[in-house]
Amino acid sequence: MSVPLEPNTGRAGARSNNECRARDGYDCSRGRVLMNLLFLVFTFPLLGFLTLALSRTRISENAAAAIGVGSIGLSALLTAIIGWQFYQLPGGESYTQVLWTWMNVDGFAPRFALHLDQLSMLMMCVITGVGFFIHLFASWYMRGDEAYPRFFAYMNLFVAAMLFLVLGDNLLFLYFGWEGVGLASYLLIGFWYKDAANGAAARKAFIVTRIGDTFMAIGLFILFHGLGTLDIQQLMTVAPQKWAEGGPMITAATLLLLGGAVGKSAQLPLQTWLPDAMAGPTPVSALIHAATMVTAGVYLIARMHVLFELAPDVLNLVGWVGGLTLLMAGFTALTQTDIKKILAYSTMSQIGYMFLALGAGAYQPAVFHLMTHAFFKALLFLAAGSVILACHHEQDIFKMGGLRKRIPFTFWVFLIGSLGLVAFPLTSGFFSKDQILFQAWAYGHHEFYWMGLAGAFMTALYTFRLIFIAFFGAPHVDEHGHTHEVHKPHGTDHSLPLAILAIAALFGGWIHIPLDSVLPQAAISEAAEHAEHTLALTSVLVSLFGILCAWFFFLKNRAVAAAIKHSTLGTLLFRWWRAAFGFDWLYDKLFVQPYLFLVRVNRRDVADQAIGLIPRLTLALNTQFTHTQTGQLRWYAGAMAAGAVAVVAAVILL
Amino acid sequence: MILLWLILIPFIGGLLAWQGERFVGRGFPRWVALATMLIALGISVWLWCVGDYSLPAVGGVPQWVVEYQVAWIPRFGISLHLGLDGLSLLLVVLTNLLGVMAVACSWREIDRNVGFFHLNLLWNLGGVVGVFLTLDLFLFFFLWEMMLVPMYFLIALWGHNSPGGKGRIYAATKFFIFTQTSGLIMLLSILGLVIVHYQQTGTISFDYMVLLKTVMSPNVEMVLMLGFFIAFAVKTPMVPLHTWLPDAHSQAPTAGSVDLAGILLKTAAYGMLRFALPLFPNASAQFAPIAMSLGVLGILYGAFLCFSQNDIKRLVAYSSVSHMGFVLVGIYAGTTQALQGVVVQMLAHGLSAGALFILCGEIYERLHTRELSKMGGLWARFPHLPPIALFFSIAALGMPGFGNFVGEFLILLGSWPISPLLTILASTGLVFGAVYALILVQRAFHGAPAEGASPLKDLGRRELGMMAVLMVLLLALGLYPQLVLDTSAASMNQVHSIYGAAQALTGVAP
Repeated sequence: MSVPLEPNTGRAGARSNNECRARDGYDCSRGRVLMNLLFLVFTFPLLGFLTLALSRTRISENAAAAIGVGSIGLSALLTAIIGWQFYQLPGGESYTQVLWTWMNVDGFAPRFALHLDQLSMLMMCVITGVGFFIHLFASWYMRGDEAYPRFFAYMNLFVAAMLFLVLGDNLLFLYFGWEGVGLASYLLIGFWYKDAANGAAARKAFIVTRIGDTFMAIGLFILFHGLGTLDIQQLMTVAPQKWAEGGPMITAATLLLLGGAVGKSAQLPLQTWLPDAMAGPTPVSALIHAATMVTAGVYLIARMHVLFELAPDVLNLVGWVGGLTLLMAGFTALTQTDIKKILAYSTMSQIGYMFLALGAGAYQPAVFHLMTHAFFKALLFLAAGSVILACHHEQDIFKMGGLRKRIPFTFWVFLIGSLGLVAFPLTSGFFSKDQILFQAWAYGHHEFYWMGLAGAFMTALYTFRLIFIAFFGAPHVDEHGHTHEVHKPHGTDHSLPLAILAIAALFGGWIHIPLDSVLPQAAISEAAEHAEHTLALTSVLVSLFGILCAWFFFLKNRAVAAAIKHSTLGTLLFRWWRAAFGFDWLYDKLFVQPYLFLVRVNRRDVADQAIGLIPRLTLALNTQFTHTQTGQLRWYAGAMAAGAVAVVAAVILL
Repeated sequence: MILLWLILIPFIGGLLAWQGERFVGRGFPRWVALATMLIALGISVWLWCVGDYSLPAVGGVPQWVVEYQVAWIPRFGISLHLGLDGLSLLLVVLTNLLGVMAVACSWREIDRNVGFFHLNLLWNLGGVVGVFLTLDLFLFFFLWEMMLVPMYFLIALWGHNSPGGKGRIYAATKFFIFTQTSGLIMLLSILGLVIVHYQQTGTISFDYMVLLKTVMSPNVEMVLMLGFFIAFAVKTPMVPLHTWLPDAHSQAPTAGSVDLAGILLKTAAYGMLRFALPLFPNASAQFAPIAMSLGVLGILYGAFLCFSQNDIKRLVAYSSVSHMGFVLVGIYAGTTQALQGVVVQMLAHGLSAGALFILCGEIYERLHTRELSKMGGLWARFPHLPPIALFFSIAALGMPGFGNFVGEFLILLGSWPISPLLTILASTGLVFGAVYALILVQRAFHGAPAEGASPLKDLGRRELGMMAVLMVLLLALGLYPQLVLDTSAASMNQVHSIYGAAQALTGVAP
């Protein structure tokens, strides 16, 4: 065990130590010059964060916006350049940039190393690309907030951490980013700190995800001690050699990684934090709680798919977790009235699709859906932000109504996002969801297929419920008989991001993303291939039927919906679904209350009380013994005699 | 000789500060103390730069980078034997650095008996440096007691009498009795060890290097080890012997708290690494499951108590109990990773807890209360203090990028092969750590500011400078801990090789 530490392999080798793994004898030194700039992709946001954090309130809104949005813009530009070069390389090449060795203790030597391959390239594009437009929108949305620079500081910090997460070459570096995004999420949910409710939501998000993170950390201990490394690429090669399929160690390790993934991605049973996280400003919800951070769990499982394939039971569990979350969140979304909460449950549900796909072994569709979901869900959240500002910070859809005519641009982009979400034919979501369902069927996971199909109906139903209630019908009339004026949002910084994201949500499905070198694609049987068109048609029909139902219940004939809702069974179900199946209640009773009870009982520190008994006892004895000091000679003489007898007795007896 | 100077400089500086006040003026002691600590810090950093700390032990005998020995009481084999290796160097640097901080943070706070205050502060620091350097058990005991008395005065004379608390005299007395009693038990153990050694060899010696090879029967070893362990455990502090700490912290002046949390607690961990484990490896290995369990208990117990505290300094004090629980787990796990983690954790905790106590002091100077229920919304009332406090709270909850994470992660990683169950339980401390760190932020800084609350005086340059130094160091420790790890590697390998062999005998080796 006592291996002397290796000499410091730190900065000396920095940045010259670039490796590349090539296939087919391709010359690595050629055509990769620009990739040496990889570290700059996260350096820009980091610098943006530092500048904004250090200058604090001393700079103007415009300067803060320029720094905050500009840094992400530079990142996005750089990503585009690197991507341009990356996709010219022959497929399957990856590139590693070592910054420095984090620590080196007795064989444990995680490095700060960036790994660029097809998967991380795609993630980088989504994070910086979608991230840039969300930042741009945020510069409009947050105007006038007293802590404008602080907002962009946190946002930049988030992007930097998210890039760590996807570029990290070893699990500890990934864990760094993993915790970093959690921190940024905490800071941004609680951004409006004066309201204690926001603080509570932020803490809940951090602590619930931290529980998952702790599972993951324990998973890292198992992986390191079992396989001797945390380098992702090495793990992938070593694990199949050292561990048999389905063995206890690999099962435990992947189960713990799954624990981390469900925490971050708000899946059962750690999903409860996501709806509360909507307390943050809406661009935050778009960036962190829809497009990027919450999909980190999907990324993790896709990244570690070799390990998960060694533990088929756990992989199957991933699918079940996804499927159940997908349905549960769908039912809950149907009963919410807050526009952001509906979108939050919808996000949960869509990530459920991705987990379901992963569980079925359809890794590529899962990641594809991650990308299209980032487009349409970011769009939906931003459009919702536009709606909320237009309605004077009103978030209840039942207090909107008729917005279609009053804010038409927002309506159209919201509609486009919704079409993506319900997988309307030829929109982006259609292609990805279709592939998920098809591959789930083709790989023989029919139970996942049916859950996915049921989810498609639910998605259509709750999405168009939102649209028909908020955008159609008559404007809401309040109890005084007034209808409120609507702010018509305008400005390029408002409309441009929405327009671009709308285009992406419409046509993003046509983008072909090569992932073959990272994520395997199992062969599909001929019989399954024949079924492809039937399956696609089925899911389209199911979605359309969902929209039709939504139209009937929530626009045409709301009385019917109300009647169902007020029936005995309806009331019960409605209450159960509306409370998100009672998980918050359950966890409160199971964990929060016992914790608070323990804390309250022990407020005064039992140990201190116990030790405090010693001086008290001494004092009590002292009082007792002072009574013996009576000053009466006969008592003293008596005591002496008794003592003498006792001594003599002791001598004789012993 | 340089080692002797490291100890003497604070003592001389203290005397100068004390006497100088009478002749020169009130500001004088501050400058003298600052200069003294800067010189001491300079020397220790210089020693770090010039020394080669990678010398491996030769044949089980530790190698000292700098060693100094003169006879003191030859009849009993007592000498002034000082030695410096990577572990002691790092702790000496930490001590002197936090010493500078302690002087700087008392600049405004202390305005009574300034000279005598600095005498006590510097003597305490000198005593601690001595503890980290000494290789003679008699001298060790002497200095161990030496550092308590000034601390007693710091709390008793310059402490706070917070409303509802039991008062500074109570706290100081409690501190003194706890540490004094446990110190006496250690003295008995030291004497026992010397006598056992005398019976075997016929020579009396208190020298560490000589006693290191004492052979003992298992029972004797266990009893002697427990004597040392109790003394160190009280100081660590280990639950349930921690109860002096919250009282001492909540009543102590800021400098006293920085000193207590940042430095004094580390002497206990140092004692375990330097004395308890190498002198009694077999007994320690047998005792390890209990010690590690108590460490885990400390992590959780401290974290739970943190949550319910209303006094901000008590909260940070209990968080020290929790963090030092990790140290205890790591030490008795005894793998190289865990031990190296312990070193990083000690340094990181010194920096982050020190900074948090300084911040508590700064809040107290401005609000004149330490009760969290009277705070809330401070974020709106200060520009700089709340973000800095947020920074250190985040560090305390173990966020990667900060030194605390490296320490905790290495400790947990290294403890896994020894006891997966205890490691899992200790890991839950990461969750509960987040709970109390965030509730601290919430209750002090977030929330709506009170009605009509006016903006408060922000941090001055002195205060910002101190914070900046601590922040940079904590980040450096988190992002590139290799400098520290390389320095302590040889010492920790030495401990591991002795202790690991014993673990192999008792059958708990990985």
